[in-house]
Formats: sequence, structure tokens, C-alpha cells
Amino acid sequence: MIDLDHQSLVAFAKSWGLFYLIALSAGVLVYTFWPANKARFARAKKSILLDKDDKPWR
Amino acid sequence: MIAQLTTTERQIGLVLALIVTLLGAALGLAGRHDVLAYHGLLIAAFGAVVAIAILRQMDRPEPGEERLSEYYDDPIRVGIVLTMVWAIFGMFVGVWVSALLAWPELTFDAAWASFGRLRPAHTTGVIFGFGGNALITTSLHVVQRTSRARLPDQVSPWFVLLGYNLFCLLAVSGYFLGITQSKEYAEPEWYADIWLVIVWVAYFLLYIRTLARRKEPHIYVANWYYMAFILVVAMLHIVNNLALPVSLGSAKAYSVFAGVQDAMTQWWYGHNAVAFFLTAGFLGMMYYYLPKRAERPIYSYRLSIISFWGITFIYMWAGSHHLHYTALPQWVQTLGMTFSVVLLVPSWASAGNALLTLNGAWHKVRDDATLRFMMVAAVFYGLSTFEGSFLAIRAVNSLSHYTDWTVGHVHAGALGWVAMITFGALYTLAPAMWKRDRIYSATLVEVHFWCAVIGTLIYVFAMWNSGIVQGLMWRTYNDSGTLTYSFIESLVAMHPYYIARTVGGLFFFVGAAVGAYNIYMTIRHEPLPASARLGAARSFVPGE
Repeated sequence: MIDLDHQSLVAFAKSWGLFYLIALSAGVLVYTFWPANKARFARAKKSILLDKDDKPWR
Repeated sequence: MIAQLTTTERQIGLVLALIVTLLGAALGLAGRHDVLAYHGLLIAAFGAVVAIAILRQMDRPEPGEERLSEYYDDPIRVGIVLTMVWAIFGMFVGVWVSALLAWPELTFDAAWASFGRLRPAHTTGVIFGFGGNALITTSLHVVQRTSRARLPDQVSPWFVLLGYNLFCLLAVSGYFLGITQSKEYAEPEWYADIWLVIVWVAYFLLYIRTLARRKEPHIYVANWYYMAFILVVAMLHIVNNLALPVSLGSAKAYSVFAGVQDAMTQWWYGHNAVAFFLTAGFLGMMYYYLPKRAERPIYSYRLSIISFWGITFIYMWAGSHHLHYTALPQWVQTLGMTFSVVLLVPSWASAGNALLTLNGAWHKVRDDATLRFMMVAAVFYGLSTFEGSFLAIRAVNSLSHYTDWTVGHVHAGALGWVAMITFGALYTLAPAMWKRDRIYSATLVEVHFWCAVIGTLIYVFAMWNSGIVQGLMWRTYNDSGTLTYSFIESLVAMHPYYIARTVGGLFFFVGAAVGAYNIYMTIRHEPLPASARLGAARSFVPGE
């Protein structure tokens, strides 16, 4: 079994923790600005104001 | 309401209520030599009341299929009422407990009314009672409307709403009885915690099942925030409350964590309760009700996505700023401090997004106190997140920690942001739920708004003053290198601020009481005619 002492845990957190957060930020930005998503977001943005009849769809 | 349930649903409801009754009875019997007996009795009585209510309506005819072409709003209506009942209770205890600090004799020599018991009754009453019911209620409304889908069944929303309120009752009554595990914002003992896990899993499944029935391919961003709230609160609650009861017949349990690990787990929980209970959930509320009320789409949908992921992933690491200058390793403190400062970016992105949405609708903000509630909420959200990042800096924290500045900061967030956005949402929601054109009295909304703003400002300014004075007095040394002021001198210096704080809290409480009356009248009566509102508005200008 790997000996998980305080020092190795700290080393892991300080290195991989950083990469994971950078990867996550990049992922979020790519998703947000992905051109194919533009129409979908524009629709979602207006959708709540278009709901006039106040009834479920089925 | 019960007549709206199908026969099968009534039977399921009855079985669930009887199971709760039996579990309560068993708990009470096992704990008959302990204060646990009272809680066993409370649970059994709660279950029995629900069971009797269902039994009395058991023979009513089945509801027609036409119900499926409407949204299921009965639990939302009950939730609005429960939210306001908890608001009155929690804020009243808040005023009392703040008066207790200025006039200690207000404890009336009763153990149950001591500061240590009233204070969690206040925090639980407002955060979990008022805030939690507001979140559950609005989330059930928002998820149905944005998905254009009816809730999947008619039992689980009741299980969630009533089960959650049973938890709140157990929590608050427990404090008066002296039952607490002494973890801030997680005071209830093991049996209440286990019950909340069950209720919360049902809530999560209910939400997911409704989303699965949606028509829109994309899930509107408000739901992301509500989902983050539900999911992360479950995770936080389970980990922080890992504890072993002394026995199944004892209310007392001991945490599995000890020492600095316990402290870190508690503040990982505590700060993320602020993040996911008091922020993410209420941001979900803001992203739906503010654009809806302003009749303008959110300024930037993309910005709302970026700030969502920012808030979700950065908040998770900020908790250790509660443990500056403690036995916690220095690097963990620095980590918490750094993430707290970075957190300002997504926080201000959300606040800015809300305020920019109002561009082009400022005339509505001027005329409509409901929208103004939400505008002020966004401003206070921006202010208190700035203050939060600032207070998390180690050097600032050395002055502010353990002082009333922290209390002021919390209330800038809780009164200015959480309560204001909730009242804005409720004033939007209540007339729609009872099929009214508008709220009973727009003048009373105006009165409530100004009471709330004045109360919040008095409160926050009083605590800024007292907190900084306190912090400075505790660190002032004289020429011989000893402390200039004794603790009791700093306490005496606080007295005028404590009185001011009570006055501010009283304003806020009176506003909430006016709001409760207004919502009650909206349920009971047709709205007042518009002319009466205008005429009355003249004589109700605050400060006259």
C-alpha cells in the first residue's frame, strides 16, 4: 500500500490540484464560447419570458 | 389539497405518515430516560397529524385527468405560507436575542431562554426555516416553469416539504431542550441529521425527475444553481454530521472527527453552507424571478454559466479562512484566503449580470418595490461578497475575527441579499399562485421595502462600528506592553451599538410582519383597487 503521509498529500494537492482547476476553467470557457452552443444559450435566455400560458407542455 | 391526490397517492402518503409515527414512537420509547423522549413524541405526533388529515379525506372522489395539464402548485402555496411563518418566528427570536445582549435580564432566569439556546433557534429559524422553505418552494416553481413539465408525482413534493419542516421543528425545539452537537449551523443531533438525509435524497430525485420530463433541450441556468444547492448541501451535511450516538436511546452523539480535522470539516461545511445554501440556491432564485419581474432577459447568459462554475468550484476551497491563526497548517489557511479573494470574480460577475439586466428597466425599479427588493439584493450581494473576500485576508482577519464585524458581514448577506431576494421572489410568486392580478397592497410592499432597507443599514453600520472598536480595543497595548483595555471595558463600549442593532433588527422584523400580512390578504382577498393604492401611498411615506 502507498504510504499516504502528510507531505505526499500536500505535494499532490499543490500540483494536481492546480492542474485540475486549470483544466476545469478551460473546459468551462470552451463550453461557454463553443459556437454551436450559441443558439441554444440565446434561446434559453429568452425562454423564461416566452412562457405566457403557464401550462406544462404535455 | 389532499383531495387532489389519487387514491394510490393517498395510500402511499398514509403509509409514510404511519411509518414516521412508528419510528417516532420507537425513538421515544428507546429514549424514555433521556430528553430524546420529547423528540420521539414530537415525531410521532407529526406523523399522526398527517395520517389523520389523509384518513379524513380518504373517501373523496379521485381527481380528474385534467390535473395533468396544469402545474402542480399545491405544495408551493403551502411552502409560501410556511416560509413566512418561519420568517416571523426566526426574526422575532433574532430581535429578542439581540436585545438580550443589550439587556441581559431579558433571559428571565429561564434556561431555555439563555443566549446559547436562543441564538441557534434564531439562526436555524431564519436560515433553515425561512431560507430553506423559500428555496424548496421557489425551486419547485422554477423547475416546473423552466422545464414546462409538471412535477412527476404528488407525494414526493409533500414528503420533501413536510419532512423538511419536521427537521426544522426537531432542530429548534431541541435547542430549547438543550439538545445540540455544538457545530455551528449543524446543531441538530444524529437522528434529525439522518432524517434530513432521507428528505434531501427525495428532494434531489424529485428535482432530477422533473428535469427529465422537460421539453427544452437546454436546462435553464437557474436550475443549475438549484441543483448545485441540493447536491452540495447533501454532501456537506453527510460528511460534517458523521457521528456515533452514545446509544439508540440517547440524543447525544460524538463526531468521528477530532481536533483540527473536526474544525476544518466544520468550516468546510460552514462556509459551503453559506456558498450553496445561502448563495447558489438564492442565485437560482435571482436568475429566474429578476428577469421575469423586469420582463427583460438576463444581461449575459454566458456570463451566468461562467460565474456558475466559478462559484461552484472556488467556494469549495475557501472554508479554511475561518481558521486563520489556529492549529490548522499555515498553507491550508493561505489556500482558503487565496480562493476567497479569487471568489470575488464570479461573485461580482453574478451581481453585475443582475444589475445590467435592469438597464432599460430602471423606471420599473423606481415604481415597483418588488423589483426594487431584487435590485437591492443584487447590490448587497456585491457588497457582502466584496467584504467577505476582504475579511478572509489574514491581516484583516486578525482585526475582525471574533468581533461583531463578522456578525455585521453575515447580516449584510442574510438581510441584504438572502432575505431581500426572497421577498422579491415571494411578492412575484404569491399573486400568481393564488390567481390574483397583483399583490393585495402595493403600498404595504413599499412599507416593507423601506423597513427592510432602513433596518439592514442600521444593523450593518452598528456592527461595523462595534466590530472595529472591539477589534482595536483587544489589540491596543500600553507602554509597559500589556493590554490597555480589559475585556469588560470593550463590552461596555459595545452597549450603544447593541441597542442600535436591536432597533435595526426590529425594523427588519416589522417589515417582514407587514409582508406576511400582505401575503395573507393576497390569499384571502381581491387586490386593493389601484386608486386606493395611490391615495394611501401619500400617507405612508416612511419617516414622516
